[in-house]
Amino acid sequence: MKTRLIELAHGSGGKATDDLVTEVFFRAFNNPALNRKNDQALLDLPPGRIVMACDSHVITPLFFPGGDIGTLSVTGTINDVAMAGAVPVALSAAFILEEGFPVDDLERIAASMAREAREAGVPIVTGDTKVVEKGSGDGVFISTTGIGVVPEGLVLSGDRCRPGDRLLVSGTIGDHGMALLAFREGMSFDPPLLSDCQSLHQLVGRMVEGVPSIRCLRDPTRGGVGAALNEWAAQSGVGIRIREESLPIRETVFSACELLGLDPLYMANEGKLLAVCPPEDAERLLEIMKSHPQGQNAAIIGEIVEDRGHFVEVETLMGGTRLLHWIHGDQLPRIC
Amino acid sequence: MAYLHEFRDRKSAQALLSTIRNESRPDRDYRLMEFCGGHTHAIWRYGLREALPDNIRFIHGPGCPVCVLPISRIDMARTIASFPGVLLASYGDTLRVPASGGRSLLHSKAGGADVRMVLSTLDCLRLARENPGKTVVFFAIGFETTTPPTAVAILEAKRQGIPNFRVFSNHVLTPAALRSLLLDTTPEKQVRIDGFIGPSHVSSIIGTLPYEPIVREFSKPLVIAGFEPLDVLLAVLMLIRQINDGRAELENEYTRVVTPSGNPEARALVDRVFTLRESFEWRGLGLIPNSALAIRPAFRDFDAEDLFSVSCPSVSDPRVCECPDILRGIKTPEECRVFGTVCTPENPVGSCMVSSEGACAAAYTYGVRRTPDLEVRP
Repeated sequence: MKTRLIELAHGSGGKATDDLVTEVFFRAFNNPALNRKNDQALLDLPPGRIVMACDSHVITPLFFPGGDIGTLSVTGTINDVAMAGAVPVALSAAFILEEGFPVDDLERIAASMAREAREAGVPIVTGDTKVVEKGSGDGVFISTTGIGVVPEGLVLSGDRCRPGDRLLVSGTIGDHGMALLAFREGMSFDPPLLSDCQSLHQLVGRMVEGVPSIRCLRDPTRGGVGAALNEWAAQSGVGIRIREESLPIRETVFSACELLGLDPLYMANEGKLLAVCPPEDAERLLEIMKSHPQGQNAAIIGEIVEDRGHFVEVETLMGGTRLLHWIHGDQLPRIC
Repeated sequence: MAYLHEFRDRKSAQALLSTIRNESRPDRDYRLMEFCGGHTHAIWRYGLREALPDNIRFIHGPGCPVCVLPISRIDMARTIASFPGVLLASYGDTLRVPASGGRSLLHSKAGGADVRMVLSTLDCLRLARENPGKTVVFFAIGFETTTPPTAVAILEAKRQGIPNFRVFSNHVLTPAALRSLLLDTTPEKQVRIDGFIGPSHVSSIIGTLPYEPIVREFSKPLVIAGFEPLDVLLAVLMLIRQINDGRAELENEYTRVVTPSGNPEARALVDRVFTLRESFEWRGLGLIPNSALAIRPAFRDFDAEDLFSVSCPSVSDPRVCECPDILRGIKTPEECRVFGTVCTPENPVGSCMVSSEGACAAAYTYGVRRTPDLEVRP
């Protein structure tokens, strides 16, 4: 295909739409359910309860070190499904394209989605394409929905944390958020900062198989570990205490945070998970996580405590304590 | 990056804390003002207050760049932003500070003004190049640390011939504010300070020399310190030793960065572009002579105040807000009636609750436990 731009006609539902969908999406995503070309996909599901999650993706820049909006739209939704302990089965993808968006870029994004979906073993089985006038969008917005199946007997939910439970993280925190910030601002680091975006369902599969007593899992995306822990504390009516010393943080991310005056606990992650399990299972869970390539840097970072105020507290490197509140809006670099 | 972990070492901190415990006299208290918001932030962020003996009190000073910005200057920026064809840019927190009627620049943005957040003054030059049909105004704020980058932007705009770039200068000077705090003898504004933890990054530019006359004139110990937790602890120890010995000297803890004369290149850049204002209003401190910088007439083509000639009257802070007293160290954040209830980082009433360097924001973010029924207990 020559260098072309998205036109309003591509969203009209007519021949132009069909051509675009066939040339870009069908070619990239290519799977039996999609190839039937119906307005919906018919799926055979394994036994178990159905999990469903959706995620909309708007990101600047569209392409960044370690991934692009396409990768993210697949991994993000797979991870949301997987955090229920589910095996993800299929994805849908809806595109809102801005008039004038280069078709080459769309193809590149579709290729990333296809690659990630193929590697994850989760096909994109249905979709939709709309085009908005120039100025009404930001290139491309992608909304994906995923379904998955939770094995019988497994119940993972953010309201199940109990005092005494241990808190684990699957690897270094803040990689995605800092990689994007650095890229946007033209800062380079050695080694370069890459987004950690990856699908975590295989790691989750190993974890729930080995330790079915896991209380809950969450991928700390926007708002970072800080937001995820405050959500759990509120949902479960408990407090959470973490040790700053035990947090796995890449040296480059740590340096960049220091340079800008930002807290890695609030930086977004796209390929890490937090897990809570009963204390007696913590070491075994850690071992299972560490034996998986996606959990090599896993660590036990804290525990669930009783706290009427449902606070998240950090034991600082200096031995003091501080609170880790919800963050309001985005973190802002310090001025002075 | 060097020195990432060395100045956070737990063992060294414990050793320092134990020396401080041994050398501080139990029969007296030590009231130390940390001038900079960066120190305030570090004190809360690392839980230093509770790690130190109770008789060592930190009094938070006015050194938070957005906190000291008076309402009238933000009103002026909002007026400039409302003019057609203007794109106004500033550092993040500046956009959130409430001005008259509780309205901030973010409200202006929501109302249709073109207001952008930038991380660097050079981003403003890029915005000016990309938007030739607009007048790009940089709302410049901050102490001596942020002034050289503004000077560089103006010099670069001149060199590159960027005609649509303007600076609305609100740069202020640290030693002048320190002097003004010590000079004020109004009884209700008196606050006993035994010593100062002096500015960190600011001193990397201006050096230690500008503080010398102040230390001599007012006989107050001042220790320039870095922003890392061990820097703060070491500065506390140095101040305690001075106070115990009855000395009032200028000392430099931050020797890995700060020299007596600072950074001459940066100071030369500032001197080339800026000139002293006769007087400038500070939030909480009022009008202070020779405390701020205006753009020199030679660079008037880049001066937003020259182009727009906007003026807004001085406005007092909301009556319930104690920011003026908090900025002078007369009150602590917890002593403000609206702290943590009406005034929160989500919905700041006063400027000290906005930036992470503000005393109220630091106290709230790291120290306040709110029970679910919203009862506040510090």
